[in-house]
Amino acid sequence: MTIEKRRIAGSPEWQARISPHDSALKHVSGLAEYTDDIVSPEGTLHAYLGLAERAHARITAMDLDAVRAASGVVGVLTASDIPGANDVSSTGAHDEPVFAETEVLFHGMPVFAVIATTRDAARRAARLARIEYEDLPADLTVEAARASGGDLVTEPLTLERGKVEAALASAPRRLSGSMQIGGQDHFYLEGQISLAIPGEDDDVTVFASTQHPSEIQHIVGHVLGVPSNAVTVNVRRMGGGFGGKETQGNLFAAVAAVAAKRFNRAVKIRPDRDDDMIATGKRHDFRADYEVGFDDQGRIHALDAVFAARCGFAADLSGPVTDRALFHADNCYFLPAVRLKSEPLRTHTVSNTAFRGFGGPQGMIGGERVIEEIAYALGLDPLEVRKRNLYGGEGRNLTPYHQTVTDNIALRIIEELEETADYQARRKAVLDFNTKSPVLKRGIALTPVKFGISFTATWFNQAGALLHIYRDGSIHLNHGGTEMGQGLNIKVAQVVAAEFGVPLDTIKITATSTGKVPNTSATAASSGSDLNGMAAANAADQIKDRLIDFAIETYDVPRDQIAFEEGEVRVGNQRFVFADFVEQAYQARIQLSAAGFYKTPDISWDRKAGKGSPFYYFAYGAAVSEVEIDTLTGEYVVRRVDILHDVGSSLNPAIDLGQVEGGFIQGMGWLTTEELVWDDKGRLRTHAPSTYKIPVSSDRPREFNVTLAEWSKNTRPTIRRSKAVGEPPFMLAISVLEALSMAVASVADYSICPRLDAPATPERILMAVERLQAEQALK
Amino acid sequence: MASGDTIRFLLNGETVEHRPGAAHETLLDFLRLNRRLTGTKEGCAEGDCGACTVLIGRLSRGELVYETVNACIRFLASVHGCHVVTIEHLRGADGGPHPVQQAMVAHHGAQCGFCTPGIVMSLYGLLMQNPAPTDIDIDRALQGNLCRCTGYAPIARAAKAAGAEMTKDDPLASERAAVTEALAGMQTDETLSVETPEGTIHIPANADGLADILADNPDATIVAGATDVGLWVTKFMRDISPVVFIGHLDDLKMIEETGDAITFGAGVSYTDAAPVLARRIPALTELWDRIGGTQIRNMGTIGGNIANGSPIGDTPPPFIALGAELTLRKGGDRRTIPLESFFIDYGKQDRSPGEFVESITVPVPAEGTHLAAYKISKRFDEDISALLGAFALALAGDGTVEDIRIAFGGMAATPKRASSVEDALRGKPWTEASVMAALSAFETDFTPISDMRASADYRMRSAKNLLRRLWHETEGTPVRIDRGVA
Ligand SMILES: Cc1cc2nc3c(=O)[nH]c(=O)nc-3n(C[C@H](O)[C@H](O)[C@H](O)COP(=O)(O)OP(=O)(O)OC[C@H]3O[C@@H](n4cnc5c(N)ncnc54)[C@H](O)[C@@H]3O)c2cc1C
Ligand code: FES
Ligand code: FES
Repeated sequence: MTIEKRRIAGSPEWQARISPHDSALKHVSGLAEYTDDIVSPEGTLHAYLGLAERAHARITAMDLDAVRAASGVVGVLTASDIPGANDVSSTGAHDEPVFAETEVLFHGMPVFAVIATTRDAARRAARLARIEYEDLPADLTVEAARASGGDLVTEPLTLERGKVEAALASAPRRLSGSMQIGGQDHFYLEGQISLAIPGEDDDVTVFASTQHPSEIQHIVGHVLGVPSNAVTVNVRRMGGGFGGKETQGNLFAAVAAVAAKRFNRAVKIRPDRDDDMIATGKRHDFRADYEVGFDDQGRIHALDAVFAARCGFAADLSGPVTDRALFHADNCYFLPAVRLKSEPLRTHTVSNTAFRGFGGPQGMIGGERVIEEIAYALGLDPLEVRKRNLYGGEGRNLTPYHQTVTDNIALRIIEELEETADYQARRKAVLDFNTKSPVLKRGIALTPVKFGISFTATWFNQAGALLHIYRDGSIHLNHGGTEMGQGLNIKVAQVVAAEFGVPLDTIKITATSTGKVPNTSATAASSGSDLNGMAAANAADQIKDRLIDFAIETYDVPRDQIAFEEGEVRVGNQRFVFADFVEQAYQARIQLSAAGFYKTPDISWDRKAGKGSPFYYFAYGAAVSEVEIDTLTGEYVVRRVDILHDVGSSLNPAIDLGQVEGGFIQGMGWLTTEELVWDDKGRLRTHAPSTYKIPVSSDRPREFNVTLAEWSKNTRPTIRRSKAVGEPPFMLAISVLEALSMAVASVADYSICPRLDAPATPERILMAVERLQAEQALK
Repeated sequence: MASGDTIRFLLNGETVEHRPGAAHETLLDFLRLNRRLTGTKEGCAEGDCGACTVLIGRLSRGELVYETVNACIRFLASVHGCHVVTIEHLRGADGGPHPVQQAMVAHHGAQCGFCTPGIVMSLYGLLMQNPAPTDIDIDRALQGNLCRCTGYAPIARAAKAAGAEMTKDDPLASERAAVTEALAGMQTDETLSVETPEGTIHIPANADGLADILADNPDATIVAGATDVGLWVTKFMRDISPVVFIGHLDDLKMIEETGDAITFGAGVSYTDAAPVLARRIPALTELWDRIGGTQIRNMGTIGGNIANGSPIGDTPPPFIALGAELTLRKGGDRRTIPLESFFIDYGKQDRSPGEFVESITVPVPAEGTHLAAYKISKRFDEDISALLGAFALALAGDGTVEDIRIAFGGMAATPKRASSVEDALRGKPWTEASVMAALSAFETDFTPISDMRASADYRMRSAKNLLRRLWHETEGTPVRIDRGVA
């Protein structure tokens, strides 16, 4: 099979790093095993959740007799059946019960679980519950939460630099506005699932679809009231995660584990898609309020903005998510005086969680809205305003969190893309088209991305790996990261293969297990290969050093004459097949196993002060999107997208390109058709793919040109000078929203900023068109 | 009538005789739980994600046809007499990976891999019929497959590359004769009735058999394509027994063409109707291609789309605008009514217990009639209409409106004519002024609701604007977004 390399331009060195996903052949053959495909032990039982049907209420009576009596039912679990803590909160906030006790905090909150011999039986039985409620007032939106006093789920953050009031007051121009930024369901194709198998003593083994096995281990221990060493969590792969399996699997693993210990049988839990969407958290929706002072050239003097998030009933990851929104509101732009505040509001909705970009996209789109406002106010091309505000130059490199940007390549990326995408000529053509076309209108926009890499909780920036070389030369590789399609395992395997100079198929990548590498961080924040690649390289180096020492001792050759290459070990003039050399080392009692470790250096963050260097480096990119809208219906199409993205020196250009393409489309979905609708009772109305519309194939841009900036090298000594790629490309899709906005603006001669909220559904587009037409008529 | 314990079908390379565990047992559960064929995935259990896509081969008037379907909402008993092909059966001529699978690897078409078996099956279904697909063909074939990871571009590249590698000795092609023979051997001319542990299944052999079953079981659930009924089970866990399956009945699948009309049997699938419509009523092609995804169009029937009485079904508005008539049958008795009178109110149709929809006759628009069907949805493909406006406009020689029939879906509790708008236009000159003057009549005809698909305000505004679009279109002004691939 020849692997397609042509599309990925690049030097022979880059080409050589292209390898398909390690599971590719299994994926396409249906042989890749996901949690629901694992052969489960005889007598496995199935759990199903009973969900509350109120947004905020006191439970006054709960009659589960009919549930217990239903055919196939083995038992029912409620809060009182939990042996340890009734809590799955990831941050130790103790605000997220497994099962509601007396108070229901969102529509869809789990109240009980039914355990039965089949999933179908459990699911049918769950519907027989009779629960009575006494309704309590429910705050469903940011505005409602503010009106009832603005209860916060976690400490807010302020980033401040310079004298904001004074700078606003002295700026030649000033404007303010606000933007609604919608949430997003992860819609991982494989839903949440856990399988728990009880063992002797307190032991339980859990197979889960999770990005964070160590946390599942911790939570299961906590809920069962047993130490972590009694719990082993394994994950071979996920059918997509995107942040939705960072903490949201806790609940399901906890229920499976409690049931497994209680009934001493294996227990599997897999919610139906609709229940998965109703009961698990999503990307936070935000409301951004901003006031900006600027001059006639479009240079920003000061920005004062508040990012209020609908966090839901519990903290979950809302603290770091809202923090990251603030960290990215500046995007690529220097803000001479700035104050950014977060407002993580408690609402009676599902507790929102991590999602690719982790608040960054919401912050960045707020910042980009400000740029757009300035451009429309001044009648400038927004790209011009962007360029005038970029970081760079004397005294213009300090972020609102007081970290100095030292690796800025935004201008080069923008200018290269402007050239290759023929932006200027195409913008003219778009303007021209709009004068001639009465109904259909076009828009084009170029937006950049600068995304900070590292967990802002500094201690998460560590990773471990475990490497064994067996006597036959085969290598067993394990690390703390999890595989969800992003190609982490193949990248790490490539690193190890290169270290030992062996073919990739020498290496067996094994399921992530808390029994092999402990205390791991979530595979999140795009950090997977940065951290685990380094940890694996560290493990490989340890073994390699021992092998080299052994060679020096045995063959009396200097260190620099020993090399691992092409499946062989070269020792002076002698060459040994790798496996033979390993056997020699084994005979000489050399330890052929190592635990590797890595922690990111040079980062620090003082949240109270709002100061530090939370990011090890930044990843950059830019996109040009061109769209066409129908001003009679609001329908649209994305005609063309050009992307130039920075992944540093790529570990695997094919995998990275896939992340850029896929991330962009996911971001485009967030900003266009993916609309979450809750009704006034707090019920999610878009809880299935029939009503919640992620992009399909025909939504991909009609022309889609994606290029990696091969010239970019990470200025930091990351693994092979690569950069993280999981999240940054997501935000390239902001260009789509802004292009739509330009098309709308055309109906009022580009003199009014359309202030398009996200997602820009056809309805939002039509309403904006008609609003601008009406405003223009009044002028 | 033959009573039995089992249904029979081919599963990949093996003949299966099986007694369904329940009348509502799905094909997907059977594959995954009973056979441990876990390559077929469940992503949604409602026909919308395609992770469960398998191929079904069936004899259509003696000829073996393979089509992709959603195993999650396909009832197991409805594959009686069919060949079920899952991802596990796919292989190349040399026994290794199939060209589609190879191309998906080579072009990095899978990331998490969970959607992948379904995508591979959909592409295989496409390439069997069209080895040189365009991007548009690929988009159409993948309307019913969601991928959250790749953004589809690498999948489209793989599809193009694989087409070139498809060969005549493709295993399914070389098995054709044997499969045809095996399936032919499973056909009977008697109704098969199966008592399962949970419910009764009836599989008639022809429309007369169906009429008999319904006479005895007037409350039986008729299942044609199961693209609605499947969800009653997977989402609402409704008890549907006794069930009568009709999706396989050749005599409900006939299509009769006369000079000025087409009669579709109730069991004609969207896919089967497509070529005839493309030829006779091409104005409906775009709409037709946007009903569900390929799998849904392969399963879903015109009769089902009408019989379900949905206010947002896509076929009633254009058919009403064209003046279609519906034939219903009960026992040996038939009656024919205007389609629009079938829809009485929300959830209420003019159909008595034991009666079934037999056929629908759709007049072909006369020369000079301007027909348009505009579907508006949040996402362009594979989405339910927020609203759908269908217009049949006939202009007199002097440029006045001789006749106009307008029907909307999504604007009322049933598919409904815009009679006041029609009245406001009939006899008037077909000018922008007349159109603008008629817009307020929409408010007499409709009081739409707000829901997750659209607000009442948007529905009303865009309904009016669709009439404006019609006018622009008759003037030759470009009003349709170009969705072609550059
Ligand atoms: C993912 C998905 C996407 C969809 N997209 C669209 C879309 O874009 N546009 C659209 O209009 N619809 C759409 N639908 C709905 C569905 O496809 C249609 O309503 C379909 O036409 C129903 O036909 P069926 O043969 O599958 O009906 P079934 O599900 O078999 O039956 C539907 C109803 O009709 C009854 N029935 C069926 N045949 C007869 C008959 N001959 N006589 C009497 N009663 C009968 C059944 O008892 C049942 O009440 C979609 C559905 C899904 C799952
Ligand atoms: S599982 Fe989603 S379509 Fe069948
Ligand atoms: S590869 Fe993950 S959903 Fe398609």
